[in-house]
Amino acid sequence: MALLQISEPGQSDAPHQHKLAAGIDLGTTNSLVATVRSGVPETLPNKQGEHLLPSVVQYKKDSAPVVGSEARAAATKDPLNTISSVKRFMGRGLDDVKLLGSQLPYEFVDSESDMPRLRTVAGDFSPVEISADILKTLKQCAQESLGDELTGVVITVPAYFDDAQRQATKDAARLAGLNVLRLMNEPTAAAVAYGLDRGSEGVHAVFDLGGGTFDISILRLNKGVFEVLATAGDSALGGDDMDHAIAEWIMQQASINDDADHAQLRRLMHVSRDAKEALTESDKTTVKIELSDGTFWEGELTRDTFNELVDSLIRKTLIPCRRTLRDAGITAEDIQEVVMVGGSTRVPRVRELVGEFFGREPLVDIDPDKVVAIGAAVQADILAGNNPDSEMLLLDITPLSLGLETMGGLVEKVISRNTPIPVARAQDFTTFKDGQTALALHILQGERELVTDCRSLARFELRGIPAMVAGAARIRVTFQVDADGLLSVMAKEQTTGTESSIQVKPSYGLTDNEIEHMLRDSFDHAEDDAGMRMLREKQVEADRVIEALTAAIEENGDALLSPQERAEIDTSMKKLVVVKAGEDIRAIKKAISQLDKATQDFAARRMNASINKALTGHKLDEFNN
Amino acid sequence: MESTFSQNYFELFGLPVSFEVDSNTLSEHYRELQRASHPDKFANATDQERRLAVQQAAQINEAFRVLKSPLERGKYLLSLQGINLDEETDTSMDPQFLMQQMELRESLEEVLDAKDPLGKLASLLQEIEKSMNDMIAELSVLFAKANDEAYKQARDTLRKMQFMHKLRDEVEEIEEDLI
Repeated sequence: MALLQISEPGQSDAPHQHKLAAGIDLGTTNSLVATVRSGVPETLPNKQGEHLLPSVVQYKKDSAPVVGSEARAAATKDPLNTISSVKRFMGRGLDDVKLLGSQLPYEFVDSESDMPRLRTVAGDFSPVEISADILKTLKQCAQESLGDELTGVVITVPAYFDDAQRQATKDAARLAGLNVLRLMNEPTAAAVAYGLDRGSEGVHAVFDLGGGTFDISILRLNKGVFEVLATAGDSALGGDDMDHAIAEWIMQQASINDDADHAQLRRLMHVSRDAKEALTESDKTTVKIELSDGTFWEGELTRDTFNELVDSLIRKTLIPCRRTLRDAGITAEDIQEVVMVGGSTRVPRVRELVGEFFGREPLVDIDPDKVVAIGAAVQADILAGNNPDSEMLLLDITPLSLGLETMGGLVEKVISRNTPIPVARAQDFTTFKDGQTALALHILQGERELVTDCRSLARFELRGIPAMVAGAARIRVTFQVDADGLLSVMAKEQTTGTESSIQVKPSYGLTDNEIEHMLRDSFDHAEDDAGMRMLREKQVEADRVIEALTAAIEENGDALLSPQERAEIDTSMKKLVVVKAGEDIRAIKKAISQLDKATQDFAARRMNASINKALTGHKLDEFNN
Repeated sequence: MESTFSQNYFELFGLPVSFEVDSNTLSEHYRELQRASHPDKFANATDQERRLAVQQAAQINEAFRVLKSPLERGKYLLSLQGINLDEETDTSMDPQFLMQQMELRESLEEVLDAKDPLGKLASLLQEIEKSMNDMIAELSVLFAKANDEAYKQARDTLRKMQFMHKLRDEVEEIEEDLI
C-alpha cells in the first residue's frame, strides 16, 4: 500500500483552492493582462503602474530584449531592431507580409521555411518568437502582481483569425511557457465583459476595430449563454492603416520621397499616430516632422481632411457588418445594442458611420482598450474552476469555411463559415483514375470557389488504397474543429480501413521540433532545466487527473461504478500517486494512460448521465402536458 | 443506460420524431444540452472526459444544425426510414420543375445587366423563399401521413428543395459581390 502523503508547508492540495488564471489580450498595438480578484475582473499594472503594454519589442546585441513603452520610445532611434505590430505577421507567409505594404520599416530575411523572419542585432526572429517575448513580459507582470505562478491563461484572438494565425498564437504561448486554457475570440470576450456587467439579454453586435484587425460579431445572450450567430471581418485592417493614410498625406505635403530611410518612416508613423489621436478631441492639429536634411516641416491637419483620408477605410468595415447581419438572418433593427471595442473606435468618424449603419448610438462605456482582457479574465477564471456555479457558457463559431481541393482546382466546402464549434463533419470522396492507390488531400480555408483564392492550410496524403476502378473507392474525410477553433483532419478508406490523419500545421508555421528546440534554447542552463520542466509539467498533469477523477468519483462513483470497477480505478490511481512522486517521466506518462484506460467507461457513463439530466426537467414538463 | 451517441437526433434533443419542430423549444434544449456537454465545462476534467466532451458537443451541434433546417430535417427523417437522398441513383426530375429552374436561372443571369441589380436579386430571393415555404408546407402534410407513398413524394419534394437551396446560395453570393 502506498504511504500517505503530506504536502509541503504553503503548498496544500486543497481541492477547491483558488487557482491563479489570467486573460491576455495580445493586441497589435497594446497588450494587457487581467485577472479576477475577489470576484472582480481587473487589468493588472506593471511596475511602472501602466496597464497597457505597448506590443513593441526592442532586441539588443548583448542583453535581453526590452518590451513595452521603453521599446516604443526607442523605435525611431533604432528602427530595425525594434519590432511593433508583429501581430500582423502572425501565421502569414513572406508573400502575404509583403502585401501588407511597402512601408514596413523592417528587414525581412528568407529562411528555409516560408515563415518570415526579421533581422535584428540579436539574430533573426519569427513573429511567433517576438510575440512570445511580449507574452513573457505579461506573464512576469501578472506573476509579480499576484505573487504566484499562473496555472493557466485565456488568450484572445480576432474572431476572423484563420487556423494558421490561431496556431501561431498558441505556439507563441507555448514558447512563453504559458498553459493555454482556451483561445477566445476578441468580440466574444468583449461581449462577456459587457453582458455580465449589465445582465443584458437579446441580440448584440460587437464592432471591434483594433490597431491591425477588424471583427464584427453578432451574438445572442440568453440566461448566461452567449451564442455567437455570425462573425466576419478583415484580419488586415485597423488603426495602423489610418496612420499610413496620414503618413502618405504628410509625405505628399512635405515632399518626402518614397525611398525615405527606416528612421524617417518611423518618425512619420509616430507623428501620424499622434495626429490621429489628437483629432479625437480637437478639430485640428499641428503636424511637425524632422526631414532627412535636419530641417522641419510643419503643417495643419483638420479633422475634415482626416475624415476624407480614412473614409474609405472605415467604409470597408461596413461590408462585413452587412454580411454578418445576413448570415445571422436578422436586420439592423433586431440589434439591441452595438458595443464598440478596440482603440480605433475612439476615432469620431468610426462612431459616426457605425452609428449610422446600425441606426443607434454605439456603446462606449467600458474602456475599449481594456474590455477584451477583462472578458478573457472572466472566462479564464471559470475555466480554471474557480467559479463552479457560474451560469456562463460561450458557444462560438468558426469564422471561415473549411474545405478540400477537388478536381479542377475547385474547393469543396466541408464545414461552412459560422458553424458552431466544436464540430466534426465527414464527407465522402472518391478516386479519379482507375487503379489509383493514393489520394492527395489539400485543406483550404476561405469562401471562394477556386483553390487559388483560398488560404492553403495543409496538405497530406492517404496511401495504400487498394487498386479499384475510378470512383469505386469510398474515402471518408472527417474535419474536426475544437473549441479553440483549431482544425484536425482524418481520412479513411471505408472498404479497407486504410487511415491517415493530420493535426493541421500550416506550412509557414513552426514544427513541433522547432518549438522544442526554441524552448531548449531559451533555457540558460541547457539540458537539465528543460528536463526538470518537462518532469514538472507531467507531475502537474498527474495532479490534475487525480484531482478531477477524485471529484468525479465523489460525485457519482457510487451510482455509476460496480465495486469491482471501483477497485480497478482505485488501484490505477494509487499507482499514479506513487510514480508521480518520483522522477521517472515515462513511468508517470504510462500510469496516466493506464488510469485513462481504466476510466474510459466511467467517463462515458458520466457524460450520458449529464446529458440525460440536462433535459430531464423538460421531459417531465412534456409528459405533464 | 442508452449511449447518447446511439440515440437519434430527435431523442437526443428530447423531441418527438416529427417534421414539426418548435424552434423555441429546439433552441432552449440546445442550450441546455450544451451546458451539460460543452468542453468549457470540462476544462479541469480528465483527458478522457475532455475528449468525450468535444465529441459530444460536436454531435449536439450537428444535431442542432440538422433539426433547425427544414431541408436537413426532412432528409434526416427519410434516412431514419432507410431512404438516403444523397445515395440515390434515380435522379429523374419533374419536367415542370426543371422548366421553372431554368427560368429562374435565366433571370439570375440577366440580373447583372439590369438597371437595379440589387432590387432584381431581392425579388428573385423572395420568389425562391416563397416556393420553399410551399415545399415546407407540403412536407408537413406528407410526413404526417407517414406511409411509403408519402415518403416517396417527400423524397421528390426534398430533392427539389435542394435545387432551390443551391440557387438561393448562388443568388446570395452574387448579392455579396455587389454590396
